[in-house]
Amino acid sequence: MKFVGHLDMMRYFQKAMRRANVDIRYSGGFSPHMVMSFASPLGVGVTSSGEYMDIEVLSTDPSVEMLKRLNQVMVPGVEVLSYRRLPDTAKNAMSIVAAADYLVRFREGYGPQRWEDFASGWPGFLNQGSIFVHKKTKKGEKVMDIRPWIYGWDGKEGEIHLRLATGSMANLKPETAIGAYLESRGSQLGEFALLIHRNEVYANQAKAGKPDFCPLEQFGEDIE
Amino acid sequence: MRKLALSDEILLSIQQPARYIGGEVNMCVKDPSQVDIRFAMCFPDVYEIGMSHQGMQILYDMFNHRDDVYCERVFSPWMDLDRVLRDKHIPLFALESQEPVKNFDFLGITIQYEMCYTNILQVLELSGIPLRAECREEDDPIVIGGGPCTYNPEPLAAFFDLFYIGEGETQYGRLFDLYKETRRKGGSRKDFLAMAAGIPGIYAPAFYDVAYQPDGTIAAFFPNQEGVPEKIVKELVVDLDSAPYIENPIAPFIQVTQDRVVLEIQRGCIRGCRFCQAGNVYRPLREHSLEYLKHYARQMLNSTGHEEISLSSLSSSDYSRLKELVDFLIDEFQGKGVNISLPSLRIDAFSLDVMSKVQDVKKSSLTFAPEAGTQRLRDVINKGLTEEMILKGAAEAFHGGWTRVKLYFMLGLPTETKEDREGIALLSEKVVETFFDEIPKEERKGRVQVNASSSFFVPKPFTPFQWAPMCTGEEFLGRAYQVKDKFKEMKNKKSMKYSYHDADVTILEGVLARGDRKVAAVIEEAYRRGAIYDSWSEYFRNDIWMEAFRACGVDISFYTTRNRELDEVFPWDFIDAGVSKEFLKREWQNALQGKATPNCRQQCSGCGARIFEGGVCFENSN
Repeated sequence: MKFVGHLDMMRYFQKAMRRANVDIRYSGGFSPHMVMSFASPLGVGVTSSGEYMDIEVLSTDPSVEMLKRLNQVMVPGVEVLSYRRLPDTAKNAMSIVAAADYLVRFREGYGPQRWEDFASGWPGFLNQGSIFVHKKTKKGEKVMDIRPWIYGWDGKEGEIHLRLATGSMANLKPETAIGAYLESRGSQLGEFALLIHRNEVYANQAKAGKPDFCPLEQFGEDIE
Repeated sequence: MRKLALSDEILLSIQQPARYIGGEVNMCVKDPSQVDIRFAMCFPDVYEIGMSHQGMQILYDMFNHRDDVYCERVFSPWMDLDRVLRDKHIPLFALESQEPVKNFDFLGITIQYEMCYTNILQVLELSGIPLRAECREEDDPIVIGGGPCTYNPEPLAAFFDLFYIGEGETQYGRLFDLYKETRRKGGSRKDFLAMAAGIPGIYAPAFYDVAYQPDGTIAAFFPNQEGVPEKIVKELVVDLDSAPYIENPIAPFIQVTQDRVVLEIQRGCIRGCRFCQAGNVYRPLREHSLEYLKHYARQMLNSTGHEEISLSSLSSSDYSRLKELVDFLIDEFQGKGVNISLPSLRIDAFSLDVMSKVQDVKKSSLTFAPEAGTQRLRDVINKGLTEEMILKGAAEAFHGGWTRVKLYFMLGLPTETKEDREGIALLSEKVVETFFDEIPKEERKGRVQVNASSSFFVPKPFTPFQWAPMCTGEEFLGRAYQVKDKFKEMKNKKSMKYSYHDADVTILEGVLARGDRKVAAVIEEAYRRGAIYDSWSEYFRNDIWMEAFRACGVDISFYTTRNRELDEVFPWDFIDAGVSKEFLKREWQNALQGKATPNCRQQCSGCGARIFEGGVCFENSN
């Protein structure tokens, strides 16, 4: 499923909503669209167990029932884990996404020779006030400081756990973060070296100052 | 999770990896070890094109209803993956099990257009199956071809073990039973092929020989073995409702060309346009009942979740329950977020009314296919569309708010003159003038725009024009320039546009369409020299093909511009497609005299398709 791009996954869910007979709201006009939005696009090649979307429905059955209906029409590899009602005043998921957790591993044959050596450099790397990376844009190259976008960096025995800024305000890809780390050690991240899995997506509940991350799953309530 | 045939590294470095992973909604999942017959169904073009084809999905659904058969899909890998498969020696695989095609019992290839022939060789080669049938061994799959191009299978005969001539619904069951039986008894590949040749509609080219005249035409075509029929009668479903349609169409992840439910409303055509192969070989006209179509419309929309449904057939306006069907679709599905896309309909009050209900008039355009610029030439081709009908339809449409009109023509038709060609510009101008005459200045919303386009005419087997000489490439282009020049003289030229198709690819299509067994060498040579994806303009290489013709000593003009005698034996004459050669001859002579022939509902013209004892021929007799 990781080879299905974001736009195609949206199309997949639009069709799935019809198959499951979800009473979803449509925009008007000659080619009506479902009112549906994804929290955060997932890149091709990345797997996930923490994706969110919100939809607007005209009527609904209890969560348990809707989960059953949706999962009956899924293909192997896609599962709906939760179906919750948001208050009418809720902002859509896409606008509140602030961070995501990733589990990153090296693909077989691409990893560091000694994990302990590799992991020993993390504290020093993260203790820097700023970490600059060069990013190619349409207008040439841009230098960015990615340090403020790294909220968490941990792991052991071949697994790296990252919490990175995600969303429309700031977005840091795991491969960019790992690449910057490897470069700081005089090495380079090879193509296809990483296996990336997204575990969770968060909103920031803090008005200012230190972020207070809350998983999107905690928004809304189950429908009885 | 299924194990994929391609590694992550490969899939992440090619375009549209989802073309190759299978796993789509409604994909059939079976345990290959639990079936007797593994059938790889191939459309020799890229996934997005192949997955838009209904015939393949009908057979996929039908075959997989059998517990003893597992039918899987194969498409041409796009050029990026083609290179990877060759470099890394990865065998071509089927999408469902991701296992090599070479492991299958059958490789079935649907042959929808001539310009896919080199892709057939690509699929064979990447699968590790010898290109030539005579070189295949016991463990190679049986390679069977079907689809419209098999009405002249001869250019491809060397590459196929079997061809299935006609509609696939009827005889595959028998073929599978025979295969199981033969294998169970320990029979060989050749035993099976010989017995398969006895099944109605099945053509096994190895059991036929061709003798040629000194001038290169065919002297005789005959079986070289006992028990093999001299003529192959095409297969067809007499009672269309008795055949299953697609219960659960596969809904691809990526956007394919036909990303919608397609409902086939009828097969065949009553019109008798003399250039049209489909209109002749699919005779007689057979309709589905309204009940059948309602069932499948609901079922297919439910099972795919598609947001659009369209109707498919030749000359859809002739479907006798069209109004009821369209009303049903609008009542039942509009408002549930399902778009209804109409086929091209004859423009009249009814079609304009439904079009205005289901599409945005401002954004849509009207389509007419006059095919020829003058009434004389339209009579020659038996296109029963008059200038009066076009202008009246256009006038009504302009009143309904439409401002864009598309007109389709052909160039290089038999008996065509300069006057006929200039008629294309004159007719286009009349459509523009109709707008100005009909719609007062103050009521005009937007500019009127008439887009005329022409393709070049290719004579096809089993049409009255199978005797017609084709133009050369230079002649085609010269004719297109004449039309273009005439457009420049028109006083409303700012509201008109004219475009024409490529001529080189048309010539090649002409050779392949009416080719014989000698053309096989050219196809293979062109493929060896790099010809592939010939229907894609970015890959079509005319120079390669020209080199291949020279290398094989095959003369293009023999197949294209040559005058064919009325009594010439054609490579496809051993097929009985229903329409008789006598009828086609009569129609060819009527064409040369500019005499129109009435449609099947007006009057039977004795085309020969009555032998099937069904369809429109019997509509009024019971």
